Amino acid sequence: MSGTVITVTSGKGGVGKTTTTANIAAALAADGAKVVCIDADIGLRNLDVVLGLENRIVYDIVHVVEGAAKLKQAMIRDKRLPHLFLIPAAQTRDKSAVAPSDMIRICDELRAEFDYIMLDSPAGIERGFRNALAPSNRVVIVTNPEVSAVRDADRIIGLVESEQKGPPSLIINRIKPEMVKRGDMLSIDDVLDVLAIDLIGVVPEDEQIVIGSNRGNPVALDEKSRSGQAFRNIARRIKGEQVPFMDLDKQDGFFSRLGKLIRPGG
Amino acid sequence: MAVSVTIKGIKEGLLVVVGDGEWEEASRTLLEKLREKADFFRGARLVLQLGGRAMGAADLGKLRDDLGDLQINLWTVLSESALTENAARALGLETALPKPQALPPELPPISPSEDGSVAILVNHTLRSGKSVRFPGHVIVVGDINAGAEVVAGGNVIVWGRVRGTVQAGSEGDAEAVVCALDLAPTQLRIANAIATSPKRRGKADPEMARIKDGQIVAERWKPNEKG
Ligand SMILES: Nc1ncnc2c1ncn2[C@@H]1O[C@H](COP(=O)(O)OP(=O)(O)OP(=O)(O)O)[C@@H](O)[C@H]1O
Ligand SMILES: [Mg+2]
Repeated sequence: MSGTVITVTSGKGGVGKTTTTANIAAALAADGAKVVCIDADIGLRNLDVVLGLENRIVYDIVHVVEGAAKLKQAMIRDKRLPHLFLIPAAQTRDKSAVAPSDMIRICDELRAEFDYIMLDSPAGIERGFRNALAPSNRVVIVTNPEVSAVRDADRIIGLVESEQKGPPSLIINRIKPEMVKRGDMLSIDDVLDVLAIDLIGVVPEDEQIVIGSNRGNPVALDEKSRSGQAFRNIARRIKGEQVPFMDLDKQDGFFSRLGKLIRPGG
Repeated sequence: MAVSVTIKGIKEGLLVVVGDGEWEEASRTLLEKLREKADFFRGARLVLQLGGRAMGAADLGKLRDDLGDLQINLWTVLSESALTENAARALGLETALPKPQALPPELPPISPSEDGSVAILVNHTLRSGKSVRFPGHVIVVGDINAGAEVVAGGNVIVWGRVRGTVQAGSEGDAEAVVCALDLAPTQLRIANAIATSPKRRGKADPEMARIKDGQIVAERWKPNEKG
């Protein structure tokens, strides 16, 4: 088995990288894949909270890098999904405690055992971002339909391309169809027009995401949740399935039209 | 493991030769050496000789920023690795020292007034954060996204959309022009004149911007009129 390393990154902070990492990982694992998430945001860890595994941390990635723990010892198994694991970040260290070469070594070891290794990148273009990019096989850019987030995503895409890790794919998070309709928010077409990369998901604004994150229950595991459905669709697209884009606003033909625009049936 | 880092003065600026070994270590050693004589090196421009080392834009960019903190300008990266060269170019750095002659001797000399003058072709979209600077003309086949910039001594010709910052005639040539299929820059400069784009409604037309009576004006391109 040789797993795929997926890096989730954005440039701008707070757009939903950690939420996206947790939910795609949960959806993939619920579907039977073996998945490990790595929190590459050293010093500001929170993937453990979103996955509800905070109180089970004994060792973290810095322990592994420094040889104080074996990789296996730092892997926390999810309480709901036996195929899902987390390697947490250290909360009390800074980013210089891990180097890109460490991440490459760790991911090489994990590829043998897992189908997907999901890396949650910190914001910015500094060391933490480079750590998350170095071992990557596939880069997923998360953005919000806002001018500043799109501008930073564009910058990151340029960096990913010049590292020859591209082409990345795009997730647009926190879209509000009624605001788009009023012309108060960038539309999906507006964002794609600038970034010109492949879209693999659109996630609506949903307060259940905040509630789920606070409780450590990713919405992707809630069968009834619309945003959860969006994350499950992304997971299936990552596995190579053709999944039509959801109609986020039933009255409006906008999103169904989008499905046709992007790629037929995709 | 120690990595050899030597610094010496050459005609073009400071030449830094980095030996094999961990990049982390090499960059740390280099920055330490420069910090020791920070006053002496301040304002210098630096030529980095990297041999066959493969490096990405992120590492080079980090070094450039760290050097910038010391007010040292990373100017040229000399490398035998295509990856490193690409990364350097992506960051807008030079990848060769200037030749004594502008053109290789095999080419017949051109007469600027009759045959044209020197230009570079950028064959892709410039994304946010990218910068292209060239003393001659710059031709871009692709877009100039918001957050990217092009600075040319001569004209800027874009087969695509302009959303970023563009400067033509940067050495003061008021005859320079900027042409694009869709011209809506964040800021446009020609020689000493500055303009921003008015908000446009409707479809974009190919336009050419130039200085008229001291002001930048953009005119729609019409097939039968020659500029
Ligand atoms: N689609 C959504 N609807 C509503 N809230 C959301 C959505 N996506 C993310 N959020 C909320 O936005 C906040 C930021 O999300 P998250 O922590 O995932 O971002 P991040 O990109 O990882 O941030 P950082 O750059 O700090 O690591 C969280 O409170 C999260 O619950
Ligand atoms: Mg995060």
